[in-house]
Amino acid sequence: MANFYTDIPEIKFELENSPLMPRIVELKERDFADRDEYADAPQDVADAVDSYNRVLEVVGDITANVVAPNAEDVDAEGPHHENGRVRYASKTYENLQAMTQAGLNGMTMPRRYNGLNLPVTVYTAANEIVSTGDAGFENIWSLQDCIETLYCFGNEEQRQKYIPRVCNGETMSMDLTEPDAGSDLQSVMLKATYDEENECWRLNGSKRFITNGDSDIHLVLARSEAGTRDGRGLSMFIYDKRDGGVDVRRIENKLGIHGSPTCELVYKNAKCELCGDRKLGLIKYVMSLMNGARLGIAAQSVGLSQAAWNEALAYARDRRQFGKAIIEFPAVAEMLSNIKARLDAGRALLYQTARYVDIYKALEDISRERKLTPEERAELKLYNRLADAFTPLAKGMNSEYANQNGYDCIQIHGGSGFMLEYACQRIYRDARITSIYEGTTQLQTVAAIRYITNGFYAGVIGEWEQQSVPAEYAAYAERLKAMNARLNACIASVREADNQELLDLAARHLYEMTAETVMCHLLLHNAVQAPELFGKSLNVYVNMAEADVTRHATLLEHLDVEQLENYRRE
Amino acid sequence: MSLKIVVLAKQVPDTRNVGPDAMTPEGTVNRSALPAIFNPEDLNALEQALRLKDKFGATVTVLTMGPGRAAEVIREAVYRGADGGYLLTDRAFAGADTLATSYALATAIKHVCPDVDLIIGGRQAIDGDTAQVGPQVAEKLGLNQITYTEEILSLENGIIRVKRHIDGGVETVESKLPCVLTVNGSAAPCRPRNIKRLLRFKRALAPLELQNTTYAELPYASEYEKKPYLKIQQLTCADVEADLSQCGLAGSPTKVKAVENIVFKAKESKVMTGSDEDVNGLIRELLASHTIG
Repeated sequence: MANFYTDIPEIKFELENSPLMPRIVELKERDFADRDEYADAPQDVADAVDSYNRVLEVVGDITANVVAPNAEDVDAEGPHHENGRVRYASKTYENLQAMTQAGLNGMTMPRRYNGLNLPVTVYTAANEIVSTGDAGFENIWSLQDCIETLYCFGNEEQRQKYIPRVCNGETMSMDLTEPDAGSDLQSVMLKATYDEENECWRLNGSKRFITNGDSDIHLVLARSEAGTRDGRGLSMFIYDKRDGGVDVRRIENKLGIHGSPTCELVYKNAKCELCGDRKLGLIKYVMSLMNGARLGIAAQSVGLSQAAWNEALAYARDRRQFGKAIIEFPAVAEMLSNIKARLDAGRALLYQTARYVDIYKALEDISRERKLTPEERAELKLYNRLADAFTPLAKGMNSEYANQNGYDCIQIHGGSGFMLEYACQRIYRDARITSIYEGTTQLQTVAAIRYITNGFYAGVIGEWEQQSVPAEYAAYAERLKAMNARLNACIASVREADNQELLDLAARHLYEMTAETVMCHLLLHNAVQAPELFGKSLNVYVNMAEADVTRHATLLEHLDVEQLENYRRE
Repeated sequence: MSLKIVVLAKQVPDTRNVGPDAMTPEGTVNRSALPAIFNPEDLNALEQALRLKDKFGATVTVLTMGPGRAAEVIREAVYRGADGGYLLTDRAFAGADTLATSYALATAIKHVCPDVDLIIGGRQAIDGDTAQVGPQVAEKLGLNQITYTEEILSLENGIIRVKRHIDGGVETVESKLPCVLTVNGSAAPCRPRNIKRLLRFKRALAPLELQNTTYAELPYASEYEKKPYLKIQQLTCADVEADLSQCGLAGSPTKVKAVENIVFKAKESKVMTGSDEDVNGLIRELLASHTIG
């Protein structure tokens, strides 16, 4: 029987072969403190990794045998808007039921709230797998991740009230965007006022583009400080659908991820609870929420790339022209090789980022229980920065790759790919949103640029360059060094120009050069350990990335302040 | 109301995806090429039991007969929601036909769950395809039986209403409890494994699976001490006080006269069109050779 986890050994490799994994398990399990109290808790690192594998086998099974077979119908039917509520496509309910029966909700939450206490890395893998089956459904299901923000910033009463419900299968949404507040969330105007009489907060106004907007539990960004106009007047609220007061005005008609209802919401004096402190809504909580969501989109993107690879490979093997399978033509095989190379490289970046997030989040959580040692504080600080720096790389690059892979997948299908009968068109449509929502690629660049100019990535890459590689990989290591030197020269010359507009213009180029160099290193590391899985992709990806770095460098070498005028449009 | 339900389940070779290596050159089943699986319709049966458990509260016990490796069926059922199970295993059960199998199962049910409310099994197993064991268990226990169950419609005041699949339609029937249901493959598919249950029971083993070692020598040995449910219970012929003469080969009136090895060796191939003429010709040919009909 098909299984989207066991059929893809590259994911298992990422789970089992990182030297960071034992540390993640120890931190997440608090040195296995739960083992006597909870029968599902692991006894040691090996036992935990065994459990992770078993969990992902279930995810792979449900995805292959329920979610994926339903994807076409869900895409065709889409959700329905009825009396101010959302009714999902009928098979979406089948998917949700299977997930709930399996208990695949609240996956990262502690066991005391009925969670599975899984690392972010394992949850990320689950996300990737589900997305391979149906990225639109993954959208709904993976919003369970919002609970992480409630767990981090809500009070104990709120944790006890909401987390077990999410673990039990209730869905979530994050209500951020408004008609005039998209990328610029500082402009959010949804009004939150304190109702003295009933001693609760009330929400009034509207939100737009809210994924899964009719969910059971909403995290809402609203203006609690009357008269303010910037991000400091915004707070985070929890709206419980059981209290009522929020209606769905309409469902958007989208290009892709049809299974996922995107809603316009109307808040009519809706009762809600303040989550955390006033005024920290945007500057602290939404930033945390967004970082989690961005890793989620990176995983969704990798899942889509895997789907593109599956479809393209199957078609290229099957389709015969000029007396042979089209996979035998180098022009087709190159497209396939490129898809696989981008998939393997992007996946390596995804899981490296997830591991950084894991160590940082686990230490941060421990710091809520006890005082960290100086070593732990230093570790927390380092991994916080690594997570912060790598998340925009993983999200931006993988979402762009998912788009390119979807494009190539259709190209391999030729005319058939343009017809709606094949899955590739859905992958292509679904992928399109990934480079837009949770921060466009342009905004990922903004998030990453300071780590480019302050030399943070350069430091990480420099450390990797110090690691010795087997002789047969020495030539790759040299090429990577040359790429990095080229990148550093470009950074230096842009910094030297000391012009913000030039830097903003160069940012995307420097961002891609950095991300590609990073991914080359990660793929090299993987290929050394498992050449049978990654050897070909290493070769193809380094060729591709090196050429790309050269292209960006050539452009940047010619770009100067005098040319800026020609890049301005009115 | 808390029901007592016994689910009958069998481990079978996966005959659904038979490849070219499914048979050995000697004409026996190549077990390594056909993985052992949970008999598909027994999973439909398990789902019906678990739905009753969800609705009314029930203790769902799985009973399977087979060698040590058949304990996998019990683990799988427990991962999906069954409360526990028994592996009925004894050399004396070997070679049982459907009569001896149903005798062994009925005897075991009397022993482990004398006040059973419902016994639910799949319609038939994909290895033997007889569909006899469920009905024979009912007969031996003197219980009503409803075969080809597709859906349990209600259960009130000790009366169960069942929609059963019949040729060309469905039929709704009632029976008082206790009774035996056999479940059709068209019934709801079984729910997936539940993660918490999976992690809790993942180390569960039957004594026969230990193979020359003991629980105390296994990795995480202390777990088996602390969590008795990790030791899957086995029942022998003696445990259930079965009459040896009715067990295994001795209790099996079915006598195999001969086993014929048929190895298809296509010497030639014929190409036929979809025309009525060609199809009729093929049917006549197959009838003449007694391949069909």
